[in-house]
Amino acid sequence: MEKETNTFAHCEKPEVVEVETDLLFIGGGMAACGAAYESSRWGTPKGLKITMIDKAAAERSGSVAMGLSAINTYMGENQVADYVRYVRADLMGIIREDLVFDLGRHVDDSVMLFEEWGLPIWKKGDDGFSLDGHQSRAAGKATLRDGGTPVRSGKWQIMINGESYKPIVAEAAKMALEINREATGVEQNLYERVFITRMLLDANKPNTIAGAVGFSVRENKAYIFKAKAILCVPGGAVNVYRPRSIGEGMGRTWFSVWNAGSGYAMGAQVGAEMTLMENRFVPARFKDGYGPVGAWFLFFKAKATNSLGEDYCANEENIAAAKKKYGKYVDVMGTTIRNHLMMEDMKQGKGPMIMRTHEAMAAMAQGFNEKLGEKEGKKKMKHLEAEAWEDFLDMTIGQVGMWAACNIEPDKVPSEIIPSEPYLLGSHAGCAGFWTSGPGDIDGAPAEWSWGYNRMSTVNGLFMAGDTCGASGHKFSSGSHAEGRIAGKAMVAYILDNADFQPSFKENVDDLVAEIYLPREIYEKYKDYSTSGDVNPNFIKPDMYQKRLMKIMDEYVAGVGTMFTTSKTLIEEGLKKLDLLREDASRLAASDLHELLRCWENYHRLMTAEAHARHILFREETRYPGYYYRADHDYIDDENWKCFTNSRRDPETGEWEHKKVPYVQLFD
Amino acid sequence: MPSFVIAEKCDGCKGQDKTACQYICPNDLMVLDREKMKAFNQEAEQCWECYNCVKICPQQAIEVRGYADYVPLGGNVIPMRGTDSIMWTVKFRNGNLKRFKFPIRTTAEGSIDPYGGMPEADYSKIKEPGFFNYDARKE
Repeated sequence: MEKETNTFAHCEKPEVVEVETDLLFIGGGMAACGAAYESSRWGTPKGLKITMIDKAAAERSGSVAMGLSAINTYMGENQVADYVRYVRADLMGIIREDLVFDLGRHVDDSVMLFEEWGLPIWKKGDDGFSLDGHQSRAAGKATLRDGGTPVRSGKWQIMINGESYKPIVAEAAKMALEINREATGVEQNLYERVFITRMLLDANKPNTIAGAVGFSVRENKAYIFKAKAILCVPGGAVNVYRPRSIGEGMGRTWFSVWNAGSGYAMGAQVGAEMTLMENRFVPARFKDGYGPVGAWFLFFKAKATNSLGEDYCANEENIAAAKKKYGKYVDVMGTTIRNHLMMEDMKQGKGPMIMRTHEAMAAMAQGFNEKLGEKEGKKKMKHLEAEAWEDFLDMTIGQVGMWAACNIEPDKVPSEIIPSEPYLLGSHAGCAGFWTSGPGDIDGAPAEWSWGYNRMSTVNGLFMAGDTCGASGHKFSSGSHAEGRIAGKAMVAYILDNADFQPSFKENVDDLVAEIYLPREIYEKYKDYSTSGDVNPNFIKPDMYQKRLMKIMDEYVAGVGTMFTTSKTLIEEGLKKLDLLREDASRLAASDLHELLRCWENYHRLMTAEAHARHILFREETRYPGYYYRADHDYIDDENWKCFTNSRRDPETGEWEHKKVPYVQLFD
Repeated sequence: MPSFVIAEKCDGCKGQDKTACQYICPNDLMVLDREKMKAFNQEAEQCWECYNCVKICPQQAIEVRGYADYVPLGGNVIPMRGTDSIMWTVKFRNGNLKRFKFPIRTTAEGSIDPYGGMPEADYSKIKEPGFFNYDARKE
């Protein structure tokens, strides 16, 4: 195909806005808000300019936009070292223990701040039952900082009334940014509805970040940001795989549907080293609605079974078979193995799989009646029923809608659960992301795990946190905020140490702007060739581009269509198809700015997908059964593969290099 | 569950440069049809049913209709978000109703003083663990 270039002969040339800043945050979610809060305190007295860019409105952006019913990472009375052990076990033995310990020793302060800012946190009442955030305040219960006792739903999780979690966290971040804006005298330092398409390296200093470019999704304006340090935190990757629902329900993904893998794509493009990009998360959740199961398992003690009423995690035959392939990892019974055993029962025709919510609630009602008498017991049950509904209304409202439409009341009837399509992320029960510098003070950590600035990637000045900081999952919302703070502080240190660095690009501004708007030019140039806005041999629209990507990933790279199974030959064929899809990116067409956003998001999804496929190909074992299977290496091979798998895409040639990096255990 | 706009109730936020739903949607889905002066969801299959447009609409003109590819008709979930709590009304297909009220915030919106009463940053510790206000745990 002929190569297209954008001369703005057909689409309108945008106004170009050039911004110079010291710190730049790409993203507006928990990690970016944490970075804004911490870095403003360190950077403002030094006169550093801090800028945050969000493709949405920070008040409701990122994965916490809908709300949450729990904070999953709060150390409290627990030992930080035990947190490291828990994360390691759930992620099949390979994590950066220095990063995870570092997160654990910091995270509680973020949770305490959330409460002080106004987030209602459940507390234990004098009678041992839970009080919501308003009741506990009325009862004079102490805050977490003053030693108050939260309601644990699991060892690391605490319950919250989290409908407004994100507006509260964003408010503090915006206040911190405003303090910085006033002190530095800049006109604007929070850019909402601006989408960053790529980052840029410095023209003079090798392997050093210098800025990022993007566009407004609301007005015809291109943005060129020059920055001395960047935190790349636009979240994980969703809808890279064909989802189980392919109509309207495509939007009802488990992780937030707007997570387009932009962080993985843009970091890879500037040559930052990635780690464990083969990792993914396949959440087993309530079928179709994808409502959370954590509280049902941990708080309400519900059991999940196959349709014969059997606990699939206790099937001795399947466990014995799993042990032959996956060895000691089966004993831990972590998320991957529980998924695996569920899938085994499904393959044996024992589905649908069932969460026995009704039995759990009946057992709780009986317990209450015995303890409190029928009248008081009934009252407590009513409170508990509301708590169960709140779990969904706070964070997955659609699950409630689905139940209502199906006449399902979970305290009366059970519900189906199912392993969903794969997601790529580094903050939840997954650990895909970039290889970053650790804190450097953890005993036993190899010297090469720390190169000066905490959470800095292998590109100078480019920092990662939350979903983009790899090999360190189970941070969740609070941990992502805390990690953003760790990175934000380190960014200030980096800038102060490199005070004379003046970022500059080798690309010229006109070329950068032309590249951003190429899909608009292509659309306008060819739109009248056919009578349809969508079917045209000269271009591909972003929705079909996404569907083509999803189909390739589903069929060749272990999606639901193959029950999460792939092999060397399948991936190699998939990569050929991804190559063609990448070539066709130069023919993406956007009829307006909204579609221009979708074009770039889906290009980022493609880059993320390629990294994922290449990593699965490189790791010749099945490290994460229940997440994916290498059918040609369906076993865990600790002798050869208990290591990090790192990759780098050469920014000049586009070639990928892969290597093994030794895993080092720091905690017994 | 894609959101939809009830034509009769939507006033296009009275012709301001953007509507409330446009401002808040995390996925850039809500747009204003300037001819009709009514907002609409331009890409239903990208809607996460986060309800932020529903909660913010000053006219209560936005509701959600279950994803047609798996949700039967007839149910409805409607929020009413106040300053410190949210009320939910859940209507089942069989007509049953459930109502809930949950806290959302313990402070007034806009009242956060981010660094009030807190220490200044100590630059001698900028390369050590800990935040400006918090010593990292040691155990």
